[in-house]
This record gives sequence, structure tokens and C-alpha cells, in this order.
Amino acid sequence: MEESITFKDRIKDSVAEFGLPRLIITGFLVLLLIMAPFVGADLPTQISNIINRFSWNGILVLAMVPMVHSGCGLNFGLPLGIISGLLGATMSIELGFTGAMSFVAAILIATPFALVFGMLYGWLLNKIKGGEMMIATYVGFSSVSLMCMMWLVLPYSSPNMVWGLAGKGLRTTISLEGYFDQALAGIAQINIGNISIPTGTLLFFALLAFAIWAFLHTKTGTAMTAVGSNPAFAKAAGVNVDRIRMLSVVMSTWLAAVGILVYEQGFGFIQLYMAPFYMALPAVSAILIGGASVNKASIMNVIVGTILFQGIVTMTPTVMNNMIHMDMSEVIRIIASMGMILFALTRKTEGSR
Amino acid sequence: METNSAPLLKLQGIKKDFNGNQVLADINLELGKGEVLGLCGENGAGKSTLMKILFGAADITETGGYSGDIYLDGQKVSFETPFEAIEAGIGMVHQEFSLIPGFDATENILLNREPEKYSFISEIFGDRLNTLDRKKMDERSAEAVEKMGVAIDRHMMINSMPVGHKQFTEIARELSKDQLKLLILDEPTAVLTEREAEALLASIKGMSERGISVIFITHRLQEVLTVCDTVAVLRDGVLVECTPASETDEARITKSMVGRSIMGVAGSDDASEQPDAPTILSIEKLWVDMPGETVRNVSLDVKEGEILGIGGLAGQGKLGIPNGIMGLYEAGGTVTFEGRQIPLNNPRICLDSSFAFVSEDRRRVGLLLDESLEWNISFPAMQIQNKFLKSYLGGLIKWRDEKAIRELTEKYIEELQIRCTGTKQNARQLSGGNQQKVCLAKAFALQPRLLFVSEPTRGIDVGAKALVLNALKKFNKESGTTVVMVSSELQELRQTCDRIAIVSGGRISGILPSSAPMEEFGTLMLKDVV
Amino acid sequence: MKKINLRQASVPIMFIIICAICIPLSGLSPKMLVNEIVTRMGRNAFLILSLLIPIMAGMGLNFGMTLGAMAAEIALILVCDWQIVSVPGMILAAIISVPISVLLGIFCGKILNRAKGREMITSYIMAFFVNGIYQLIVLYLMGSVIPIKHSTIKLPRGYGIRNTVSLLSMRQKLDNMLAVTIGGVKIPVLTFIIIAVMCLVIVWFRRTKLGQDMRAVGQDMEVARDAGINVERTRIISIVISTVLAGLGMIIYLQNMGNIATYTAHSQIGMFCIAALLVGGASVDKASIGNVFLGVVLFHTMFIVAPRAGAYITGDSMIGEYFRVFVSYAVITVALIMYETNKRRAKSAASQRLQEEQDAESPAGGENS
Repeated sequence: MEESITFKDRIKDSVAEFGLPRLIITGFLVLLLIMAPFVGADLPTQISNIINRFSWNGILVLAMVPMVHSGCGLNFGLPLGIISGLLGATMSIELGFTGAMSFVAAILIATPFALVFGMLYGWLLNKIKGGEMMIATYVGFSSVSLMCMMWLVLPYSSPNMVWGLAGKGLRTTISLEGYFDQALAGIAQINIGNISIPTGTLLFFALLAFAIWAFLHTKTGTAMTAVGSNPAFAKAAGVNVDRIRMLSVVMSTWLAAVGILVYEQGFGFIQLYMAPFYMALPAVSAILIGGASVNKASIMNVIVGTILFQGIVTMTPTVMNNMIHMDMSEVIRIIASMGMILFALTRKTEGSR
Repeated sequence: METNSAPLLKLQGIKKDFNGNQVLADINLELGKGEVLGLCGENGAGKSTLMKILFGAADITETGGYSGDIYLDGQKVSFETPFEAIEAGIGMVHQEFSLIPGFDATENILLNREPEKYSFISEIFGDRLNTLDRKKMDERSAEAVEKMGVAIDRHMMINSMPVGHKQFTEIARELSKDQLKLLILDEPTAVLTEREAEALLASIKGMSERGISVIFITHRLQEVLTVCDTVAVLRDGVLVECTPASETDEARITKSMVGRSIMGVAGSDDASEQPDAPTILSIEKLWVDMPGETVRNVSLDVKEGEILGIGGLAGQGKLGIPNGIMGLYEAGGTVTFEGRQIPLNNPRICLDSSFAFVSEDRRRVGLLLDESLEWNISFPAMQIQNKFLKSYLGGLIKWRDEKAIRELTEKYIEELQIRCTGTKQNARQLSGGNQQKVCLAKAFALQPRLLFVSEPTRGIDVGAKALVLNALKKFNKESGTTVVMVSSELQELRQTCDRIAIVSGGRISGILPSSAPMEEFGTLMLKDVV
Repeated sequence: MKKINLRQASVPIMFIIICAICIPLSGLSPKMLVNEIVTRMGRNAFLILSLLIPIMAGMGLNFGMTLGAMAAEIALILVCDWQIVSVPGMILAAIISVPISVLLGIFCGKILNRAKGREMITSYIMAFFVNGIYQLIVLYLMGSVIPIKHSTIKLPRGYGIRNTVSLLSMRQKLDNMLAVTIGGVKIPVLTFIIIAVMCLVIVWFRRTKLGQDMRAVGQDMEVARDAGINVERTRIISIVISTVLAGLGMIIYLQNMGNIATYTAHSQIGMFCIAALLVGGASVDKASIGNVFLGVVLFHTMFIVAPRAGAYITGDSMIGEYFRVFVSYAVITVALIMYETNKRRAKSAASQRLQEEQDAESPAGGENS
């Protein structure tokens, strides 16, 4: 009898640990997958969609990991890194690189921007420890709106990118055809029936994910986790807390820059102006859905979270549409992802109380 | 008036234990109307626990309550919350201020008891929409301040007040409660200047004349003798003395506070002063800005291979010494280790010079609560000495050596008898004593030349205490590490250390061999008390 | 103290300079400019007033004021469908919006109580979350579950509300009542009276027991709790009041606009109101009625003149548009950074004072021992 009680309690505990919102979201996706064949949606196409979207978004979600580890919280300032990536992409095209080469050039050009922006951002976050997330959000917003002006003013001239009539100012959407469209996805792409797997992109994600995983096993990586877990402990153990936090912010920013380039090569377009504005929120909710919390995150959280999140994004429109003839996907996505973030924000206080 | 014959407060057979640890044993006390009782005792003697029981504090009810009876005005009472105690006429002024910084004194004195003006809107939306009656508030606070007899500016904001006035604001708040019969003052003079302290003593006398009884907790014995009618001394949870103030003196109180007639272990059995040993660490004119543990101008030499104890009452600065040297709080002065000067305010350099520190604040500084024991024990050694790392690609990449870390952790689990489910268990899940052992293991793994240990037995049970102290002694003997141990428990220092320095008022008031009689330690402890 | 005041004043001063540069460049006549500012004052002041009470209760800038705005929009859509026009329609909308706002406010307050210390980011995400629910109601449930009769506001597919709902029947009905025109500037007297009454209510509220409790809770929750104040409840009430006021403010705002942008009207409202309040010299933990009005004038002057001035300088009107968006965000960013660094500065100042005391004492002590 005693055992049955503990078993019940254990289930209760693990539900509490896993979190009700996460459980609902996972359950919802499972339900969608089961329903899909019955409502006439083509499952292989759906799965292929999920894999593709995973390959576009994975690195953006991965960019959350270093800052969560060092205790800087969820990186709502992701747009700052995205801007570095956009600068890399547009300059690469402007300088005349084409094809796969333009992708490499874009990453190379984006890197110094990401490093500089990341350092400034990290310096700022070190000055306002404890208030990171709110300020990160607005640093992201401010930088996006500042860049809106810059896209108009900067002396770009490539006819593929500027407004045709005025001959200056970048367009809101720039096609990557002839540049790095499918630069990674095209490598060793596997096509079976309706399923197409972007092997190159997946490998690239795996490479970066492995690099982060490996980094977290090094001495500095260990220090980063300790700083996030208890900064006072790390300081007493001789770790330079500010330097580690700065490093994590730079890493997050650089990953965001690379992440947006990978996203663009899959999507086929560069989106400028207000597009990066709300890009942080899907990435934040994805990693939370994957099981991360405000101060703990693993590579596994990234993978699981991105699959679940993108699964819902791709499955809901078709399945729901076929079922009740209403496309409620957008609304469901907003409620699910924001609910997840709210849950994570309210949880830590409860634990430490 | 019928209750005139019965004392205002009567404690009968009060007992309290925390998880089997007896902290109060059979306390019997009486306090008449308008009487002033001085309560003395070392830290941890049970003074604050007793006051918490009287005041219905949450940590008493949450840990299973107490046994024994309390009578107030002849009626048996038992308070579940402080609010009930306040309702019954008990007021308490804590050591930490409980004031709203942006309110003036008047607003704080009447916080949540403001006189209100009736308005018809409150009929609909409830009483909270009555407006405050500022005029009446002013009158009430003036009355309270007048009762206190110490003039303070009632319209000054708390955050621009000198600290003494904050204390007086708190006292005035208690006095403004009409039902107040008994006021408990917990070390109120610690933050006061000499003149303010005098004013407070006069004020206490005034209260007593008005028929308010006062329990006055302090380490300043002179004050006790000046103002109190009765002096009660607690030691190890036992009321060892309760005499009229006129029949006792400072020496006698001191003796009661520290003297242990029964268990008078005369120092550590294997204590050995080594006058010839070379000085390994020399501290000169050290000051440390650690809130609540300020260190002022400390000079101290530590000899190679010894265990030096640092004792003293809480808040006198003994904790500030290791924390300041290790760079965790702002510090100044000169620290010389093996002839080399160690720059202050840089934890890294201290660790590189093979110091190690076991912090008194286990949960906040000492441990990574949400990480495994492996991480906790190996982390400093890995960061400082590059231990437990494996090199790949010709040293380009250094990874954690999980196997070496596990072996290290297993070694210390066995050596220190850490009770846990395995090396991967989170530190948070261990009991206090086992957490403390992890902290020690972490320091031992650094193989330091000089080890600071701060309050190693705070909040752990008896069995674990003995284990921790023995482990320290063994480590000192076997690896020749010099140990500086800071503790509030004098008995423990005497058992463990070779020499004991006593800190009082942020200064070293004297250094004694551990075999010195308890009275001498007691006198040093109270010498410059703040 | 003086130093902090200067820091506080730096944002308004910066805006005065921006406005001073942009006004001549914009080429707007003074009459037009004054007209615009007066209109926007009537339109926005009430909304911004709703931010004051959570700041008083120490909960920071209430990004969740959007919740009230959404409640007001739902109420207005319903009233519009019921064809109740002009001021009675507005009053009815106000009556409907209040219970919705109260419920949302309680929900928001409860969530914020579980996220103490990060109220702002939580209320910000809260606004997004409730926006999702709002869309669910307005886009899917209205017309299918909640009866909507008139096809003029319904989407052609039979359920859901159109992107724009016309409020022609209410358009500036409030503003035009008792309106006075002085020197070509129309002054919506009744709206201003309502705003003035609201200011008086806030002044009165600060003097009530509840107001006093909120200030106490805002400064130190633990002390307030020890004194017997119900901290959680007080915080929830402050958010409820803010949400209700934001709802009422939104009705005033929308009657002036004359139509509802169903899916976007509320989304920027929080940000612009907060930016305006901060431009008026408020900070995250301190705001006055004066900040509200100074903020409206300065922020909206910048808002009106920036695109035109931008167009004059660069020949591209978009630059000015982006500039004013950038400035709104930058102001909030700077205010947040100033708030956080001030918190830390206060701490380090305290320790510095201690050090100086010891330094003064240390040599003296040295002679003694």
C-alpha cells in the first residue's frame, strides 16, 4: 500500500517538475500527430516540414544556452545578434560574393559585428545584474529600430537589394536566389517520396550543438555553469564572474548571428527592418518547452523544444483547418508559447521561497 | 487592578528543541508590572529563542512549538503569530529595523494603524478607502515620542535619519500601541552612540515608571546594572542566574555567562603552543567592511602548523577577518604570507597563494546547491589548480576528467562519512551537517597551506560536529596545514585550537592559550563590545 | 539627492532639445502644432494616468495595461453591434469593460505576485499572452459563439471581426461636448474635465489608507507584511485599478480616433504610454501627475514633428517614422538602465560611507593598541 502512495506521489512530483504547460503542449502535439492521418493531412509531408523548420530554427534556440548557463537569464536580446547576422548577409552580397561562398563570407563578416555588439551588450548586462531580461528585451527593440534607419541610410548599392526606383535604401525582403539560398540544405539532401531532409543544415546544427556541449565540459564551461548556479560560490572559488558572463553574452550573440544566416538560407530570403523584432520570443518559448528553466538549459532541451515548438507551428494549421475549418494556428501558437514563458517566469520564485 | 498580586509575566517550565536539539531547558521566570529585566548570555545561549516563543514568531510554530506555560497578567497565553502577541500587549524591537525607508517617522510609528477619517466612499468599497487623518497621526506620534522621552524629528524621512534615530522610531512605534504592557528590546544600544544609549536608558526608566515592563537584552553589562531591576543569565539553554541587579556585579555576570562548572574541559587535550614555530601569516592593521561584522585595525600573527581560534560574540567582527582576507568583502591593511605581501580584495590571488576558505554562509557562498557533490568538491581545485582536467589535441582543449572527479568525491565521502545517495546527488538534498562536510572536502581538495574555517559547526547536530572538528584536527596534523578557525562556540575552540584570539568591537581584545580559564575569555569578549 | 534629480531631469531636457530642433524643420504652423498636441493630450492623458498606481505599489511600469485596453475594445465592439450610439454607448462600453478589466487585473496580479522582482518582464509577456486570448475571442468566437448581428463589423466568412471597426457613431462625441475653440484651437473641455477629475481622484487616493498601504508595500514588502498589511492583496488591487483605468482610458482614446484597429490598436498602446510617462521625467519607481502631462506634451510633439523633420533633412519620410519608434524604445531602455544602476549605486554608496568611517577611525585605533 505504501508503495502505491509513493508511486502516485512520484507521478505527481514528476508532473510538477515537468510542468503543466509543458505537459499540455506535448500532449497537444501528440494528439495532432495522431489526428493528422484521420483528417486527411499527409503525415510524411508534415514530418518533412517539421524537420526542415527544425533545421532553420535550431541554432537560434541554441543561442539561448550560454546566457542561461551563466545566469543572465533568457536572452530576450536575441535581435542584437540577429542584426549582426543581417549585416553579414547584406554586406556579403554587396561585396559581390555569390553561391555557397556568400554564406561563408556572411558568417565571416557577421562575426566581428557579433563580437563587438556582444561585448557592449555583455558590459551593459554586467552593470545591471538582476534586471537582465527586461533590459535585454528593450536593448533588442532599440537596436532593431535603430537599424531600421540604418538600412535606409547605409550606402548599399547592389541592385538586388536596394529599392528599384530610388536606387538606395534596402528592400524589406531580399531574395537569396543566386546567393546562399539552400547553401547548407542542398548539401547531401535526401529526398524520399514526400520527405526531404536537409542533411547539410542538420549537420551544421549538430556541429555547433556539439561544440557548445563540448565547451560546457571544459574548465571555462564548468565555470560558466557555476556562475549561473551560484555567483557567490564562483567568486569565492576565484572565478572572474563578470568575465564569464561577458563571454556567455558574446557566445549567445554570435550564435544568434549564425542562427539567422542558417534560417535565411533555408527560408530563401533576408527579412530586414521590423522582422527581427519578435524573433526572440519563439526561440525563448521553444527552449522552455524543451524543458529548460530561467537558469538551467541543456542541448537536449534545445532539440526537444525546437521539435515540439516547430511541430505545433506546422501541424496546427493543417490539422485544425481540416478538422474544424478554422485556422486557429496563430492564436494557439501565441497562447502556448507565451503561456510557457509566463510559467517559467513565475516558477523560480516559487522554488526559492 | 485585581491582578495586582499576580506578576505581569510568568514563564513556567519553558522547553524548546529544534529537531531533537535542546535549546531551552525548563526556563522559569517572573516579571512584575513596571519591572525591567536584563537578559544576558552568549550567542546561542537561547535568548532569542526564548523571546521568539514569547512573541509568537513563525519559526517557533513551524518547528513544533514549545512546551511549558506562559502567563500574561495571570492568564495563560500561547501565541501562534506575532499579531496575537501584539494584540495581547507585547511589543518587540528587533535588531534589524523594520521601517519603510521612504516614510517619515510619524508614518512609520503608525504604520498600518493610522487614524482614519470616515468617508462615504468607504461604505461602498470598504474601509481601506478612508482617508488618513494626518492631524491625528501627528498627535498620536507626538504622544508616543513624548512617552519615550527622547526627542526625534517626527517628520524626517527614515532613509535620511542617523541609525540611532531609526532605533528610536521603532521604540516609539511600540510605545504608540495603547495596549502595550511588555516591551522587549533586543540589543537596542548596539547601534547607538554613547549619548543616545544614555537617553535610551533614561527612557527605559521612564517606561518602567509608567508601568510598562521591559525585557532588555544586551551585552553591555554596565547598562544592565544601571537600568535593570533583575538580571537573568542564560547559558546553553539553561537559566543559570536570576538575581536582583543590586546583588550582582559585572564579574559575576560574566562568570555565569561563560563558566561551565560541569563540563569544564580544560582546553584541547593535545593543544600545544609552539612559540618557536615561524610566523606563516602576518596581518597588520586590517579593516574589513563586512556589514554587521566590521573589523577595525586588527593585527595578528599566525604560526606555521598551528590551529588558531578566533572567538567572540556575534556582530563583533570575528567573521569579517577571514572574509576580508579572502577578498569577499572590501578590506584594507597589510597581509603577509610566507614573507610575500598578499594584495587584498582579490579572491583569486588568495587562492593562488594556496589559501582556502570554508565560509560560514554554506548555502549562499559555500555550495552550488543545485549541482552534484562531484562539482561542489572538485570545482575550486579545477579552477585554481587545473586539477581533474584531461587534455586533448595537445592541450588545446581541457575537459573535465569525470573519472578523477568521481574518485576524489568518493574518497571524501568515505573519509568524512558524508551521508548521501551517491556522488551525483545535489548538494541541496543533504542535511546541514553533510553539507558542511562537503564544504570541508572542497577546501581539502585544494590542499591548501593555510585554511580558514568559519563557523564550521553552525546549525549542525552533535554527531556531525565532532566529526567535522576531528577532520579539521586530522587535516592539520597530517598535511601540516595551518588552520584559522572562527567560531562563536568558545568550548569548541578550546577543544580544537592551540591558541585563541578573542575579537570584541572589531578589534583583537586578547590572545589566550586554550587552557586559560573561561572567565578570562569572558572578560575579553565583553571588553570593547559594541 | 541633487545629482539624482539632474539624472531624472536629463530625459525631459533631451526631449526639449530634440523638439526645439525638429519644430522649425517640420514646417508646421504653431496653430496646427498646438491643435495636434491638445488633441493628443485629450486622447492619451487618461491612459497614461493608469500607470501611476502600480508604480506607487512598487510593481514598476505596468506593461499589462494592454489588458485593460483589450477589455475596452471587446466592450466597444459589442456596443457597436448593439447600435447604441454616442455618449450613452460609451458609458455602456465603460460599464461592460469594467468587469472584464477587473477579472483580467486579478489574473495578472496573481501571476505577478508569483514573479516578485521581475514584475515588468512578466507583465510584458502577460500582455502577449492575453493578446492571444483576445484574438481567440475576437477572431473566432465572435460571430460563432458570441452573437454578432451586423455584417458591417463581421468578416465576410461569417465569424470574426473585421480588421477595422468604425466608431463613426461615437467619433469625438465626448470631445465635441462643451468643446471650445480658442484661436482656431479646438479644446475638448469635457474630456479635459474627466481627466482633471481623474487626477483629483489619484491625489485623493494617495491620501487614503489603501494608498498609504500601497506606498508601504512598494517600498518594503517584508516590513509592510510584518506590520500586518496584506501585501499580496494590496498588489493585486493596484493592478486591478490600473487595468480598469486603462480600459476607461482606451474608450476615450478610441472615441477620439473614431475607429478600432481591431488587432493592433492595443499592441503599441502600452509602449507609447510608458515611453511618454518616462519622457515626462518619471522613473520605474517614482512618477507623478506632472510627469504625465509634461510627458504627453514632449513625447507627442516629438511624435508629430519627427517624420516631417526627418523628411526635410533626408528627403525620406520613413527615416522620421523609424526615428520616433527608435526614440520610444531608447527612452524606455535608458530609463530601465538608470533604474537598475541607481539601485546598485545606492548599495555601493552605503558601503563607501562605512569605509570612510573606518578609514577615519583606523589610524586612531592604531595608536591605542
